[in-house]
Amino acid sequence: MSIIVFAETTETGYKKSSLEAVTVAREIANRTQAGPVVAVVNGQASDAASLGNYGADEVLVLPGSATHSPDAAAAMLAELARNKNAATVIISNNYTGKSIAPAVATTLNASLATNVIDYPDTSAGYKVKRGVFSGKAFAWVELKQPVKVLAITPNSFEIRESGGSATVADAGVQVAGSRLQIQSVNKVTGKIPLTEAEIVVSGGRGMKGPENWGMIEDLAKALGAATACSKPVSDMGWRSHSEHVGQTGITIKPNLYIAIGISGAIQHLAGVSSSKVIVAINKDPEAPFFKAADYGIVGDAFEVLPKLIAAATATSH
Amino acid sequence: MKILVCISVVPDTTTKISFTDNNTRFNNQGVQYIINPYDELALTRAMELAEASNGTVHVIHVGTADSEASIRKALSIGAHEAIRVNAEPADAQFVAAQIAAVAQNAGYDLILTGRESIDYNGGAVCGLLGQLLGIPSVNVASKIDVSAGTATVEHDIDGGREVVTVQLPAVISAQKDLCEPRIPNMRGIMAARTKPLQITEPGAATAASGYVAFELPAPKQGVKLIDAENPAELLYLLRNEAKVI
Repeated sequence: MSIIVFAETTETGYKKSSLEAVTVAREIANRTQAGPVVAVVNGQASDAASLGNYGADEVLVLPGSATHSPDAAAAMLAELARNKNAATVIISNNYTGKSIAPAVATTLNASLATNVIDYPDTSAGYKVKRGVFSGKAFAWVELKQPVKVLAITPNSFEIRESGGSATVADAGVQVAGSRLQIQSVNKVTGKIPLTEAEIVVSGGRGMKGPENWGMIEDLAKALGAATACSKPVSDMGWRSHSEHVGQTGITIKPNLYIAIGISGAIQHLAGVSSSKVIVAINKDPEAPFFKAADYGIVGDAFEVLPKLIAAATATSH
Repeated sequence: MKILVCISVVPDTTTKISFTDNNTRFNNQGVQYIINPYDELALTRAMELAEASNGTVHVIHVGTADSEASIRKALSIGAHEAIRVNAEPADAQFVAAQIAAVAQNAGYDLILTGRESIDYNGGAVCGLLGQLLGIPSVNVASKIDVSAGTATVEHDIDGGREVVTVQLPAVISAQKDLCEPRIPNMRGIMAARTKPLQITEPGAATAASGYVAFELPAPKQGVKLIDAENPAELLYLLRNEAKVI
């Protein structure tokens, strides 16, 4: 019974979330005495054998050097999972992964769990922990089918280097066709994707207008962080909706979330409360965010931020 | 064009979440239920597309009779007919299987869902339906246009957005930016009372998973305040105490 893990490449190597996924696959293999761990690579595989260092035993590279569309990748992944008698398929819970996982689960007649944030409990049955209610709670879910497909949330698992090595081979499957014709792609380059960021700097209505976002970006740059915003900010068009974190936006769980000029409404907190450490900067000492934060500064963002940016820039080199 | 919109009914976004029965069940005491906000966007866009093509919009919901007020709201927003599959929505795979059973051979050109429900956050029904029905699926759309049997969809991908085209029939999940949700007017509310709401019993599908327990996040230890005159102290603490930078 193998563990299959889906690995996505970047220009320089592998997505961090994919290394997390390989680590998780290795750990599940160890705990359930399953194996081998088979990593399936989508995209230009640079140094495929390096996945061995995170716990893969075998690396299979999907045919063609380009990244396949989710539907094509799902078809090939499901075929490989079947060939390899997979007990579990691990996929990142990012946009690509969430487009792939349901199709793979359906094809394999497997139980599907998305938004998985911890290792499964296999002491009795097979239970996984998921984030639910947009970060307001967690749930343990029993997966009943023999085969499981887990979409794991980025930043939920620590990457471990096992020092192992992997064999590398072509996946040996026919290229599956895609029914999606890509017309144009608009990727933000040079910025850290919000869902994978370890540090997020976020601005709210207290920033007073889009023209003041330079400060948010400067602080983010000094800290190596992604930028985000609250719902009113995206509703007013100050920032793109793709930056909106909260219950009706994106749920994130970075190591550090810095909220500036955000009051901390329950819907906003829902999307960020899983962050390991939360900093609130707000001039209103009664702002609800201070109750959800680990560190706080009661002060005017326009006075605090320049000093903070200067201090962060001075120490970032 | 014939469009099916999948509606989930969820606790209002301001709900304080708690659990009962030894943390095995969501405590719905005093909870206001609403149409899942993303599904409402899907419904509004469906209405716009149907109006432009002289089409029809059906809504489908898997749930108990408790949801009927929300289904009537969907009808008052403008959906022509509603279908309720009379079953507890046990998990995404169960719900998708029920919807697929209804949609199979029903001639829908387009099926819309929300990007995820804001309660169980599965985000899977769109992709599950696509695979079950053998039609293409596109997740997290911020623009959907249809012409000559093809949908042009702008949607989120990791690190950006892309525009794709797919042949209909297809299933697409909706997110913000797609449209402004419609508020039902008095005429819509009156009309909704007499629109067909068909109740069907669930098919044979069984749930592939089951919720066994819930947890709330550990409460914060209390905020440590730093002097606004000395924000460098914050960086010191984040580096040396919290060890996150």
